[in-house]
Amino acid sequence: MTEKTPVLEADQRLSLPRGVRLRRDEVRGRTVLLSPERTMALEETAIAIVSRIDGKRTLAEIIDGLAADYKAPRDVIAGDVEAFLQQLLQRRMLEVDR
Amino acid sequence: MEATDSVADTNPPMAMLAELTHRCPLACPYCSNPLELKQQASELPTGDWVRVLGEAAALGVLHVHFSGGEPASRRDLVELTKAANNVDLYTNLITSGVGLTERRMNELAQAGLEHVQLSIQGTDAAEADHIAGYKGGHSRKMDVARWVRSHDLPLTINAVCHRQNIDHLQRTIDLSVELGAHRLEVATVQFHGWAAKNRAALMPTKLQDAEARRIVDAAREQLKGILVIDYVPADYHATYPKACMGGWGRIGLNVDPTGRVLPCHAAESIEGMEFDNVRDKSLADIWYQSKAFNVFRGFDWMEEPCRSCDRKAIDFGGCRCQAMAMTGNAGATDPVCSKSPLHAKLLDTVIELDAVSSPPPLVYRGR
Ligand code: SF4
Ligand code: SF4
Repeated sequence: MTEKTPVLEADQRLSLPRGVRLRRDEVRGRTVLLSPERTMALEETAIAIVSRIDGKRTLAEIIDGLAADYKAPRDVIAGDVEAFLQQLLQRRMLEVDR
Repeated sequence: MEATDSVADTNPPMAMLAELTHRCPLACPYCSNPLELKQQASELPTGDWVRVLGEAAALGVLHVHFSGGEPASRRDLVELTKAANNVDLYTNLITSGVGLTERRMNELAQAGLEHVQLSIQGTDAAEADHIAGYKGGHSRKMDVARWVRSHDLPLTINAVCHRQNIDHLQRTIDLSVELGAHRLEVATVQFHGWAAKNRAALMPTKLQDAEARRIVDAAREQLKGILVIDYVPADYHATYPKACMGGWGRIGLNVDPTGRVLPCHAAESIEGMEFDNVRDKSLADIWYQSKAFNVFRGFDWMEEPCRSCDRKAIDFGGCRCQAMAMTGNAGATDPVCSKSPLHAKLLDTVIELDAVSSPPPLVYRGR
C-alpha cells in the first residue's frame, strides 16, 4: 500500500477537508463540527482551534495565536492543540499541507 | 438518564434518512427494503420534500441522508441536495452508483453535496455483478468512486458482508484504499425485508466472524489516518444486542418514499403500527407526539428482563423488529440478548445454519 499515515509537524499549513465544517446548532445552543456520519459538539477552546484552521496558518502559528489570546504558557496550549488535532487527523477530518 | 417517555424529555432528532424512492435497478438478495415496493406514482413530490427538509432543519436535524432504493432514480436529486444545503443540513448521498453519470456527480458536488456512501457488492465485476444481479454495475461503481474523489468529496464504501463474501474482506479493504475512500463500513447483512428469505444462504458462520474481526483489527492499526473501518458483526453471534437506531425515537427518523415517518427502516414489519405522513402533519408534531415514536421511547414500555437490567440505557433492549420477527411480540427483549428466555432457541438455529455445508441458492428481489 502506498498511502502513509499522516503526521503533524509545526510548519504545516492546516485545512479542513471538504465535507468537514463548523456550524452553529441553534436548536441546541452549541457549535458543532460536522463530518460524515459524525457530529462533534465543541467546547470554547476547540472552537477557537478549529476557527483558526484556514489553509493559511501553520500549526505553529495556530498555537502562537492561541497562547497569546488565552495568555497561557505555549507548551500547555501546544499539548492540548496537538492532542485535539491528532484526533481529527486520525479520522481524516484534517488536512495537512505538504 | 431517567426512565420516561414524556415529550418534555425527548431530545430533537440529529439525523433524517430521506428514502426518496424504492426504485432501484439492482436486485440484491439482502435488500432490507419492504417486500412490497412503493410505486413511483405514490412518491412524495419535490415541493413536499423541500418543505420537509426545512422542517427537519428547524427541528434540529443536522445530517440528512438521501437514500432509497436508488436515490439517483429521482430526477430532482440535485434540486433536493440544493434545498438541504440552503437550510444548512449536512448532505450525504447513499447510492449504489448505478444511475449516476459524471455530469450528474458534478451537479451534485456544485449543489453542495458533502459526502457519498457508495455500496459495493464485491471486489471484482464477476462476483459483484452476480450478487447484485446486474451486469456492468461494478465497473460503474468504480467510475463513481473516481468522480466523487475528483471533487475531493469524502467517500465511504459500504460493503454488506455475508456468508458468500466475508472471506474477501481483505480485498475489500485494499480496494477501499485504492479508491481513496475515507471510511469503510462493513456491515453484516441484517435479516429483515428480503434478506430473511435468504437467511441460510447469507448468514456468516461464527468462524468467519472471528476471522473478520482479526482482519479488521490488523487493518485498523495499519491504516490509521487513512481509512476508518467500521465493522458491524452479525448480532446473532453477540452476547448483547446493538442499540438499535441508538434507541427508538432518540436520534433519528426515516421518511419513506410516500411521506410516512418511521422510527426505523424496518418498523413497518411490526404489526399494528401506524405511521403519520408529512403530507398531513409537521415533522415536529410527528417526532414529539405520534404514537409510533412514543410507543418504544424511554423505558416504561419494557418487559423483564430488560426492565430491571442495568444495560437498558446502553442498548435499549435491542431491536424491536427483531423481537417482533422472532417472538411475535415487539415489546419483548431482543432474543439476540443472552438474557432473553428465547436466546437458547435462537442459538440452536444459528448452529443449525452454520452446519449447512453448501448454502442454498440466492433468491433475487423483484425477479
Ligand atoms: S428496530 Fe430493528 S430494523 Fe429497526 S433499525 Fe432497529 S434493528 Fe433495525
Ligand atoms: S436484558 Fe434487555 S436491556 Fe438487558 S442487555 Fe438484554 S436486551 Fe439489553
